[in-house]
Amino acid sequence: MLRDFPRLVRGLVVALAAFAAAPAVAQGNGPLVVYNAQHDTLTQAWVDAFTKETGIKVVMRQGSDMQFANQIVQEGAASPADVFLTENSPAMAVVERAGLFKPLSPELLALAPEQFRPSSGKWVGIAARSTVFAYDKRKLNADTLPKSIMDLAKPEWKGRWAASPSGADFQAIVSAMLALKGEAATRDWLVAMKQNSVAYRGNSTAMKAVNAGEIQGAVIYHYYWFGDQAKTGENSGNVALHYFRGQDPGAFVSISGGGILASTKRPTEAEAFLRFVAGKGGQEILRTGNAFEYAVGVGQASHPKLVPLDDLQSPKVDPTKLDSPKVIELMTAAGLL
Amino acid sequence: MSAVTSRVPGRRSPGGWWRLRGGDPGQRASAMTWAALLVALLSLVPLGFVAWAAIHAGGPVVVATLLRPRVLELLVNTLLLEALTLPPAIALALATAWLTERTDLPAAPAWAWLAVAPLAVPAFVQSYAWNTLAPGFHGLWAAVAVSVLSYYPFLYMPIAAQLRRLDPALEDVAASLGNGPWRRFHRVVLPQLRLGIGAGSILVALHLLSEYGLYAMIRFDTFTTAIMDQFQSSYGGPAADMMSAVLVVMCLALLFGDGLLRRNERYARLGPGSARVAPRVRLGAWRWPSIAFLVLCAALVLGVPAVIMGRWIVAGGTEIWRPELVSAFWQTVALSTAGAAATTVAAFPMAWLCVRRPGWAQRVLEACHLYVSSLPGVVVGLALVAVTVRVAQPLYQTAATVMVAYVLLFLSRALAGLRPSLAQAPVELERAAQALGRSPMRATLEVTLRLAAPGVAASFGLVALGTATELTATLMLAPNGTRTLATAFWSLTSELDYAAAAPYAAVMVIATLPLTLILHAQSRRMSGR
Repeated sequence: MLRDFPRLVRGLVVALAAFAAAPAVAQGNGPLVVYNAQHDTLTQAWVDAFTKETGIKVVMRQGSDMQFANQIVQEGAASPADVFLTENSPAMAVVERAGLFKPLSPELLALAPEQFRPSSGKWVGIAARSTVFAYDKRKLNADTLPKSIMDLAKPEWKGRWAASPSGADFQAIVSAMLALKGEAATRDWLVAMKQNSVAYRGNSTAMKAVNAGEIQGAVIYHYYWFGDQAKTGENSGNVALHYFRGQDPGAFVSISGGGILASTKRPTEAEAFLRFVAGKGGQEILRTGNAFEYAVGVGQASHPKLVPLDDLQSPKVDPTKLDSPKVIELMTAAGLL
Repeated sequence: MSAVTSRVPGRRSPGGWWRLRGGDPGQRASAMTWAALLVALLSLVPLGFVAWAAIHAGGPVVVATLLRPRVLELLVNTLLLEALTLPPAIALALATAWLTERTDLPAAPAWAWLAVAPLAVPAFVQSYAWNTLAPGFHGLWAAVAVSVLSYYPFLYMPIAAQLRRLDPALEDVAASLGNGPWRRFHRVVLPQLRLGIGAGSILVALHLLSEYGLYAMIRFDTFTTAIMDQFQSSYGGPAADMMSAVLVVMCLALLFGDGLLRRNERYARLGPGSARVAPRVRLGAWRWPSIAFLVLCAALVLGVPAVIMGRWIVAGGTEIWRPELVSAFWQTVALSTAGAAATTVAAFPMAWLCVRRPGWAQRVLEACHLYVSSLPGVVVGLALVAVTVRVAQPLYQTAATVMVAYVLLFLSRALAGLRPSLAQAPVELERAAQALGRSPMRATLEVTLRLAAPGVAASFGLVALGTATELTATLMLAPNGTRTLATAFWSLTSELDYAAAAPYAAVMVIATLPLTLILHAQSRRMSGR
């Protein structure tokens, strides 16, 4: 009957509202929500230690840098997230430009030295990672390794190197190249990359391919190798790391960032969490755990197995200048995405 | 007994336009129609989203994002995958179906179930296993091989069902005209299987378009993996939206092609009495080679994942059995059973209309229901993310939105489960209940729904099989903190922690294995034998 329709709609609305209300009601004084683009296991270790210390419950949503950055921009003031952690800084820059970060307190900012946070003070460095060329030591040696990451665009490297172009890590490396070498050079390099490189999904997969002898080298971050060595070494036994050094774009050290959203309804808990991660507790997990990312906190040492940060001769890049939307555009145009 | 091939109209009677208002005078368009209309409108959301995105982006952007070499590359990849996967999958399904249905193979029912059981192994677990076994196994040929293994049961089921239903009289006639067994199979049996092969092929073709995990792991780029890459690096945006539009067009083209294929021929037997059960062919000397062939298939499809999972579980030791596994299991159970229930409820009005009120309006509504289930999870996810974040904020990142996604993705499965049962519930009982004073709605719910219970169970099982291992839409839409077996497995494998991922895969397979029994039973019942 026609008159059944309103009743039906009413029922449906009530049912949907009940479904929707359950988490919404919980949101008021519910757990802290962290949008986590860092490695699941690392942040889980931070969260566990933090909850143990403070009793504050934390819920993680797992994703990737740029996905979350754009997601937060779309969500705007209604974002369910309180804290945003990334692997690389370009995503932080996107949220910062949209004006969605809450300024951090001076005490929180003081936890990281100046070079590991933006001058704006909207977010703070929580860890760092270095670009490396992971190569098959059975096939390449000091003489045959590329001197600069720019060399990989040369024809002689055709079909010999790999990367994970869909990942935020590689996109951050390209954004450093864009900042250091300009748009024209970066575009040419990407076009050559489409010809020369083999695309893998994920840095660890690329390293695994190098190890298996499928490809001679891969542009990845350093900690994948250390992490695998610490476990069984089954994906890195034949692999060695080459650091480009000399302020090359390939020597880029990427800062993982943490920020608090302006829209958070739990500012105290959010501040406590970020202070934990950027401070002694969180940085110590980097030094002792199996993450092998560099610690960046003032006076905090990195894992003893790592090449010291100061020896890497990384180029100076202002993290707020990393223009990742432009990088995505260039990579899409080059057919890499 | 005569059996003639000629043209007749399909199962629905012609004429009777606007039949939704009821064949019986006085019976108005009921709440059922409105409910089906509501679901149909909901199912237009993804299409509407893609259209909106195209208009919003504007002509130049659409042209720039679509007319680039990368899109051509993905198009070629996708078409090659379809073209290379379907023929071997059909051949494999035909051979298995013929052996289990038409020969004196020992323990045929067990083999028949083994041919359906691979559906309990999600495609991304299948590729995980092959990736472990042969790390260098990737690219087009690897994608084709794993796709054939993962999806041939979708072809096996309709082909086997049809083989069981064939009238052997036609083959007898062919034999009496001097045709040998091969010629008979080729010229009489095979043409009659066209419908089953067509239906299965469409299903497989759609799965090839929408699968993400399998191809991501085996390093083969299709539109779906490219959309996920775009989503992960830009959360939507014109490139992802436009590639979704291409996928939608491809799905619609497949459905349209299927419609054309079905239209013309007649496949039902004509004449009095019922067809005799076809005699089984004696395999004789071929018996052992046939068994060896089936064992080989089972070893490749079920054995390899089982052995690999076992190996990782042993290698991982007790450390990989973490408490998170339990919570992931219960979250999966909650989401997938709620999804199965919601989908069954949502599909019921349409199933009822198909049986009780056929006509052109019903056909339009049904087309809406069916088209949306042919879309990849990534497209539905993208559309619902965009809609909820912009205009339905209270529903954003809630279980309700995941439910809507599951409903849309699995409506066609629920319809397939419900319809045969509803068709068997006599309309007279419903009318008698109305004559005794119940409203049409109550009469349907209290009489017909009860009689259709087996269909409800089938629908529930079919949908749960899909929701329990759904990956892409769940990743995009689930509430914060959600970790299902599939998403946890995916997260662990992307960190190359294959050992820790193994328990999740094992639990998924073991939990869904009983559901394949429902599937198997249902495909038998549909054929009436």
